[in-house]
Amino acid sequence: MTAVNASRYRHSSALLCSASALSLLMVCQITVIHAAPQGPKPDANASREAFLQVYKVFTSPRCQNCHPPGDSPLQGDDSHVHLQNVRRGKDGHGVYSMRCNTCHQTTNLPGDHMPPGNPKWLLPTPEHKMVFVGRSPAELCRQLKDPKQTGGRSLQQLLEHVSSDDLVGWAWDPGDGRTPPPLSRAETVAQMKIWVEGSAACPQ
Amino acid sequence: MTSFFLNGKPVTVDDDPSTPLLWVIRDSLGLTGTKFGCGMALCGACTVHLEGAAIRSCVAPLSRVSGKHVTTIEGLSPDLSHPLQRAWIEIDVPQCGYCQSGQIMSAAVLLKENPKPTDKDIDEAMSGNICRCGTYSRIRRAIHRASQLATERRPS
Repeated sequence: MTAVNASRYRHSSALLCSASALSLLMVCQITVIHAAPQGPKPDANASREAFLQVYKVFTSPRCQNCHPPGDSPLQGDDSHVHLQNVRRGKDGHGVYSMRCNTCHQTTNLPGDHMPPGNPKWLLPTPEHKMVFVGRSPAELCRQLKDPKQTGGRSLQQLLEHVSSDDLVGWAWDPGDGRTPPPLSRAETVAQMKIWVEGSAACPQ
Repeated sequence: MTSFFLNGKPVTVDDDPSTPLLWVIRDSLGLTGTKFGCGMALCGACTVHLEGAAIRSCVAPLSRVSGKHVTTIEGLSPDLSHPLQRAWIEIDVPQCGYCQSGQIMSAAVLLKENPKPTDKDIDEAMSGNICRCGTYSRIRRAIHRASQLATERRPS
């Protein structure tokens, strides 16, 4: 509950529902930004190693929760199915009176597990779900290289998605009560560049 | 100062722009049909329409509605003639009634976008509105009935 709501309703004993989310407040980790190495192009081994670093980020809750296998987004550090039976919808923005921005604002709301926010809040469309959950490193690697699954996006466009997209950037500023990915955004982009420049080699 | 349209009428309030819309509607503008439930966008009791779309007013800052049209349960119809209101009364849906304005506002968006919803459509549209009395089966029946009433009202 926000401070405003709490103060307006401090005498209430009739809460209709309560947050079921985790109560563990995780402290965002500030990491040192490493630039991509200069010089000769990375070889396939370096490319594969770099992808495994990227994989850790993509399968962290902040990324994979919006890349689910079904038609409901996931929530929380345990990646549980979104409460309220939220659906993907035809445009990735939900359905009817259950659109993403029914509850999600343009910014995170203060307080543990309050609805996070971003102007672009949405899921991938049903045509290109870009599922991360449950994918092995090799499977996810091949998927990212398959234009049929990426909606025609090239690896360079995917790199731009990770480095510049506002909604992707939310993962590193996820609000109270949510753990950011294991690598910083700059580290993730640097590793992804090594992967791409090393011919986007996939782990076995 | 923030100005917007509430149930079709222009209003101006001097609440802080970060104030949840719910409290502006209830405390500053005196329309108490919209209810506080959880304050976290979890239960749907505070549902209103912003430009025809459902929003949870307990977490929507006043700044979000500046210059826009907000509709509350009081503005759904001037005389309880909206098909959902007629169906709700006919089927006697509410038990305690606390969540019902939010239920009706969510259902109104559903019927506007899908005049003939299936049970699955209703479940998907209404699953964010919690009723602690468990009136879900009557809510579903009333939405189907409202769908019929809306059809009957249309000229053939």
